[in-house]
Amino acid sequence: MDQNRKVHQFKNPVLNWIEFRLPIISYFKKEYGDYPMPKNCNYFWSFGALATITLVTMIVSGIFLAMNYTPHTDMAFDSVERIMRDVNYGWLMRYIHSNGAAFFFIIVYIHIVRAMYFGSYKYPRELNWILGVFIFLLMMATSFLGYTLPWGQMSYWGATVITNLFSAIPIIGEGLKTWLLGDYNVGNATLNRFFALHYVLPFVIFGVVGLHVAAVHVHGSNNPDGIDIKSKNDSVNFFPYMLIKDTIAMCAFGVAISAVIFFGPNLMAEVDNYIPADPLVTPAHIVPNWYLAPFYAILRAVPDKLGGVLLMFGAIVILFVLPWLDRSKVRSCNYRPIYKWFMMGFFVNFFVLGYVGMLPAEGLYLLIARVGLLYYFGFFFIITPFVGWIEKPNKLPLSISDVYAKNIASNIGGGEKGMPSPAMQKDTNL
Amino acid sequence: MAKKPNNKRRDFLQLSTVTLGAVGTAAFIWPFLKSMSPAEDTLAAGSTEVDISAIEEGQSITIKWRGKPVFIKKRTKDEIEAAKMVQAGDLRDPQDDADRVQKEEWLVLVGVCTHLGCVPLGQKVSDMKGEYDGWYCPCHGSHYDTSGRIRKGPAPKNLDVPPYTFLNDTTIKIG
Repeated sequence: MDQNRKVHQFKNPVLNWIEFRLPIISYFKKEYGDYPMPKNCNYFWSFGALATITLVTMIVSGIFLAMNYTPHTDMAFDSVERIMRDVNYGWLMRYIHSNGAAFFFIIVYIHIVRAMYFGSYKYPRELNWILGVFIFLLMMATSFLGYTLPWGQMSYWGATVITNLFSAIPIIGEGLKTWLLGDYNVGNATLNRFFALHYVLPFVIFGVVGLHVAAVHVHGSNNPDGIDIKSKNDSVNFFPYMLIKDTIAMCAFGVAISAVIFFGPNLMAEVDNYIPADPLVTPAHIVPNWYLAPFYAILRAVPDKLGGVLLMFGAIVILFVLPWLDRSKVRSCNYRPIYKWFMMGFFVNFFVLGYVGMLPAEGLYLLIARVGLLYYFGFFFIITPFVGWIEKPNKLPLSISDVYAKNIASNIGGGEKGMPSPAMQKDTNL
Repeated sequence: MAKKPNNKRRDFLQLSTVTLGAVGTAAFIWPFLKSMSPAEDTLAAGSTEVDISAIEEGQSITIKWRGKPVFIKKRTKDEIEAAKMVQAGDLRDPQDDADRVQKEEWLVLVGVCTHLGCVPLGQKVSDMKGEYDGWYCPCHGSHYDTSGRIRKGPAPKNLDVPPYTFLNDTTIKIG
């Protein structure tokens, strides 16, 4: 049909043979070789690559764990202990997988902070942001399902509490909960289906990550100054510059995660999960994984069952519409003198919510959680639209390369802060 | 264009095709969704008979019924009085104590907090019993009284009373 299409020519005849039949070589060359990255991107831009690598690590370690795991209420706990004690390097697989999950969330949270602070969610990357929030949701579901599998006390009661959230829905709630559990309480049917879903969801995540990456490659990556690439001077090729930079980030990450896996593998684990599940005894404090704690804090801050559930899910769903709540055309908070501080306040607030989410919901902690809840939603519904309206942003640089010209000029000439550099003046005159 | 296409006929064919396709898809999906509901053997979990002759006044035991804990408590005079004193109208989930028991010294409850499904404390002497001296859920701080009614905290409803019958003075059949 299309015999006249232009086929890329490579030196290697094998590559040419493949390229003629499936243009995958030129695709990779375009997307991962010549792909232009803004040259001012800092290490915050390495966290997407780190997240991808962690996802692959989780899938691989998970497959090997599944080879020795038994999804049955009578055997699950013992099979995990067998992995830890008898299976060759089973302890390593499990510690990679359990700590990998925590690090996956650390990386993704930093990735989200990056996207929020530098305005990566704005035009024309809104769909990219939506896909990202979708990945985040899938990750939370997957980690919750996976946390049930070791069948310890926290597994069991965590699953009980979370599935009971659905019973808050009027009329259909109880039926829906029973349908999700396959029983009237968390039991063998539940464990079996949670295992099946925990196995398959990461591949769904992998697919959505593919779309997420494809979408960012359409308009290119954002950058700390939040301005578009205007000329070849503004960018560097992905290969080798960004690949090397990401590799360095990966090495640093490898050191960090190895330190935890080998020297503190249970730092982020709950002791109670080393007690086999007992349907008749609830642990004194049910704590979620720390990376879900901010949302758990929101759930408990509300004195009404349905209200708490709605606000908790609302706290995630609200992220989907952030690109439309923020009316400012300026992407990077570096150029938004007011919003910048509210944004940082949002990050601190999220951290505080996570902290109180791990503590009992009473007294001062409950009060802090309620204030945090107000700020969380206030940030999205009031601060973000309002500040975008009243704020006068700082003057944006003319181009990415201009930022560098300015920096170099001020380094050489010792130009005072805030004074327009000669290079900038020259460009302004153009 | 010699002849105007017969739109009515075309619309009918399209509509009926789409309808049939949708019904067929739904019929195909249904068994998969239904397979996730509790299986027949789960539903047939049935009833449990409990010997209550050894329970002392003020003592409470926990038994397992359909995978859930069931509390069987022989209440003291004071506890019965406390439960009867309450005006049902003042409660979040209004219910008289008399509607929750068959014999007033025997209180039978499903030991699952109606908030998010934890097992409330209060079965052991050493347990926290909450501000109303009944049960206290440690997960999110719900307080239940000596009739298992919600008095304080996030839980929306009283502890459930399971279906049960006294087979004789010393045996209860739950379920």
